[in-house]
Amino acid sequence: MKKELIELRINGRMHELAVQPNSLLLDVLRQDLDLTGSKRGCDDSSCGACTVQVDGVPMLSCTMLAASCQGQEITTVEGISDGGGLAALQKAYGDFGGSQCGFCTPGFMMTVRWLLANNPDPSEDEIREALSSNLCRCTGYSQMYQAIRAVIEAERKSSQPELAGAKR
Amino acid sequence: MSDFSVIGKSIAMVDAAGKTTGAGKYTDDLSLSGMLVGKILHSPYPHALIKRIDTSRARTLEGVVAVVTGEDAPNQYGILPVGHDETALAVGKVRYVGDNVACVAAVSEGIAEQALELIEVEYEPLPAYFDPEDSMKAEGDLIHENRPNNIEKDYHHVFGDPEKGFAEADYVAEARYIANEVTHAAMEPHCTLAAFEVDPHSGKQGRLTVWSSTQVPYYLQHKLSLVLELPMSQIRVIKPLVGGGFGGKSEIIPLEIIAAVAARAAKAPVKITYTREEVFWAHRGRPRTIIDLKTGVKNDGRVTSVACKVIQDGGAYCSYGVVTILYSGALLGALYDIPNIRYDGYRVLTNKPACGAMRGHGTVNVRFAFESQMDEIAATLGLDPAEMRRTNLLKPPTVTVNGLRVLSYGLPECIDHVITRSRWEERRGKLPKGRGLGVACSHYVSGAANSIIRSDMPHSTVNIKIDRDGGVVVYTGASEIGQGSDTMTAQVVAEVLGCSLSRVRVIAADTDLTPIDLGSYSSRVTFMAGNAALRAAEDVKKNIVSAAARRMNCAPEDVVMRDDSVFKRDAEPAEIDAISSEAEAARGHVDGQILRGSVLQTRKEEGAKEQLGFEEAVVAAIDVHGGLTGTGSYAPPVEARGGKHKGAGVGPSPAYSYSAQVAEVSVDEDTGEVTVHKIWAAHDCGRALNPVAVEGQVIGSVWMGLGQALQEEMVWKDGLLMNPGMLEYRSPSSVESPEVECVIVESIDPEGPFGAKEAGEGSLAATIPAISNAIYDAVGVRLREAPFTPERVLAALRAKRGLKKIDMTEGIDPTQPARLREHGGSLWFRGKGPERHPLDPARQGTSAGGAE
Repeated sequence: MKKELIELRINGRMHELAVQPNSLLLDVLRQDLDLTGSKRGCDDSSCGACTVQVDGVPMLSCTMLAASCQGQEITTVEGISDGGGLAALQKAYGDFGGSQCGFCTPGFMMTVRWLLANNPDPSEDEIREALSSNLCRCTGYSQMYQAIRAVIEAERKSSQPELAGAKR
Repeated sequence: MSDFSVIGKSIAMVDAAGKTTGAGKYTDDLSLSGMLVGKILHSPYPHALIKRIDTSRARTLEGVVAVVTGEDAPNQYGILPVGHDETALAVGKVRYVGDNVACVAAVSEGIAEQALELIEVEYEPLPAYFDPEDSMKAEGDLIHENRPNNIEKDYHHVFGDPEKGFAEADYVAEARYIANEVTHAAMEPHCTLAAFEVDPHSGKQGRLTVWSSTQVPYYLQHKLSLVLELPMSQIRVIKPLVGGGFGGKSEIIPLEIIAAVAARAAKAPVKITYTREEVFWAHRGRPRTIIDLKTGVKNDGRVTSVACKVIQDGGAYCSYGVVTILYSGALLGALYDIPNIRYDGYRVLTNKPACGAMRGHGTVNVRFAFESQMDEIAATLGLDPAEMRRTNLLKPPTVTVNGLRVLSYGLPECIDHVITRSRWEERRGKLPKGRGLGVACSHYVSGAANSIIRSDMPHSTVNIKIDRDGGVVVYTGASEIGQGSDTMTAQVVAEVLGCSLSRVRVIAADTDLTPIDLGSYSSRVTFMAGNAALRAAEDVKKNIVSAAARRMNCAPEDVVMRDDSVFKRDAEPAEIDAISSEAEAARGHVDGQILRGSVLQTRKEEGAKEQLGFEEAVVAAIDVHGGLTGTGSYAPPVEARGGKHKGAGVGPSPAYSYSAQVAEVSVDEDTGEVTVHKIWAAHDCGRALNPVAVEGQVIGSVWMGLGQALQEEMVWKDGLLMNPGMLEYRSPSSVESPEVECVIVESIDPEGPFGAKEAGEGSLAATIPAISNAIYDAVGVRLREAPFTPERVLAALRAKRGLKKIDMTEGIDPTQPARLREHGGSLWFRGKGPERHPLDPARQGTSAGGAE
């Protein structure tokens, strides 16, 4: 199959790429751009390890054509750090043991980031529901909830005016 | 001030940032220039002779660089010295659907897949064996010619006087239990990248470097050497990050050898990554197991005797099988005080993917049977099941009747914790209809006291190098697979040297750089590699202390290293704050250090010092001793290595972990669906070096046990796996995963590093019986076949209520399972099996008369 020239905007940077029309986004990210943070864990879009955000929505990059993402904003795990340091969610996953072998972690990062952006104070059930799109085989998910709750708690504290005022 | 400054505190893994940012590299994330993609052709038949392979058409496809078959690397290997029955690619015969036949190395995955279609293989199907009890009767068409009756290995052990024990019993319970097959399903599919270098002197293919997702780099180096006929020194195995193992990467998986064979033929680097379906075929999981268990007890619940017969459906190759079947018997001991044991174990070959080691290796299914039977006995005798377990506790230090030495034993505290926290005494039997509580216990080894390859070599060795920069580099062969191996190593070294964790850099699992370590399996790393790290740190510390003693004008015994300071005992350090001493160092104010700060090294004699910074002490030690290195190794003590009987080598461990759990479940009596609401899990891991990591291991184990208890099951039909995908295998998602309340019990082990023991596996085995016992408490049905899926629970409930029988479980009564549930039967080769799809190659074989 002949390659075509496409433009993809990934983590805020534009890339011009020659890809086959049937190239999957995951393969282009991993092989053409060496953005190997997104993982392939299954054959049938059941594990969520390849989750990226397309225009802010978590999508499975293993079942999307790269060419179909032109003109959209793609965010991968490589694009979510906080100015070169760990974002609060990344730090919390480390501190609370939300990540063991780490293979599923990038996918979870993208899913949880979406959850918190759309629902800053999710209930226990809402967290479980959101996380059910991604599989983890190490943690039993418990320590992920702790990490997520800690991020929510920290966010709540920093956004409370009296506390924020006291800091200033 | 606690006794420790680094260990005992919850900290993030030292490699956590790489995992949460995506910067960490797993094997499949690596690539080399000129790298080819390898794809494997698998057998469509469960048992067949290979009459002919023609690869000529595949070879001519543009983009194909090499095609290899069994003849390219016919040497046999296997993880156990007694089980060398595998070849990289099939030689003359395939033994399971998915067996490896040929491999194509091509410039792209697409071309490699296309080439697979062009390989012509002519098979002659043979009768196949899928049920171990059938297979044991086989007289012809054996799976391996040197294994009569398809029995890989059988053991018959008698400890004490079991018949006398049964005669003394007031009550004897006897039943058959069946646990179906489960697999690791680690998130990272297996991957291997192999590349040869050209030897500068001979000008020919020289050293081999293999990057692989493995738990056992050293064993991989060893087996590659056997198959490729290269000296081990010419092979370098590097383990990048590994995306979960659970035992599935604790032996040599075919692709690891195949990638090297293909790279040799292609004269270029070759990477092979399994698809998820291939991962299921590679398997090496927990075998389907039939357990016939008989327990004799006195009226007060004291166990007088146990007789246990175990049949394991091992699949087509030995793998870890001989060890698995031995663990199943040996670990009947060391949990409770059982005076008399009879054990008959049969590891049977069948035409299915090989089973191997999986979390809780060998113990899990037998523990399910034992703990369930204990619950049944307690119910019959009117005893509290928790109390009955307390009645049978060991009295350590002790050596069990089957030769297992137990020193530290936190089981009583574990039971107390879960009983209290679950409010067992006030709630058991009093919950609303359909809701119940169940208790169970388990244990596991902290590493095997005897290595697979019998030798006198240490099981773990750790080297440390410290240089004038004050950085501590630790070299360990121990394999980080997500369990926290590197973090544990760094913590132990930092604790001994009294330095901050940030100084310590762990270089792990690279056979060129790191000393031999047997790998990450049987929960051995903390105990064994931890002890080796401790000894290595003490070795290097000696020299720092002696130099510091000179500088401080005191006896070496009075030198204390802690929190990045070196000071005299009893003299409170002036500056204990590690951050400020680091800041001092960062400004370059380190006496004698010339690597940073001032270019001019000032050597001023200023007399004895009261206190030194860590870097100062290091510099002083290097000035006195030359280089600053240390080494330490660990081999289990002779007293912990077990008895003398045949098979005594498996089961003994320097220390055992203990676990007790209570599960709270509810059962929907209309659908048979079981919901686990909460599990209280107490685990005795000795000293918890990193509590958050211990909790993660315990919760993860409980959760994996929950999967095996409720939903995970490999479904076989004529040797074909019906559910080779994450969705169909049904590993629990976050929605199905209950809260696990973890309690850490610290029975400080006299021989563990700082008293630490196993944490990563022992809890799994208790979860399954805790749930089955809770189901009994909830609805009064005793499920003796796992997993407790809705159709099994419903079949049992309907039978109990005397309702019309609906065959949901293919003729197997889950409360009295007589045989393994075979989805389709094992008779296809005789033409008596179920109707198959007309295009199914197996059917084509039989109907065309090829099979018979």
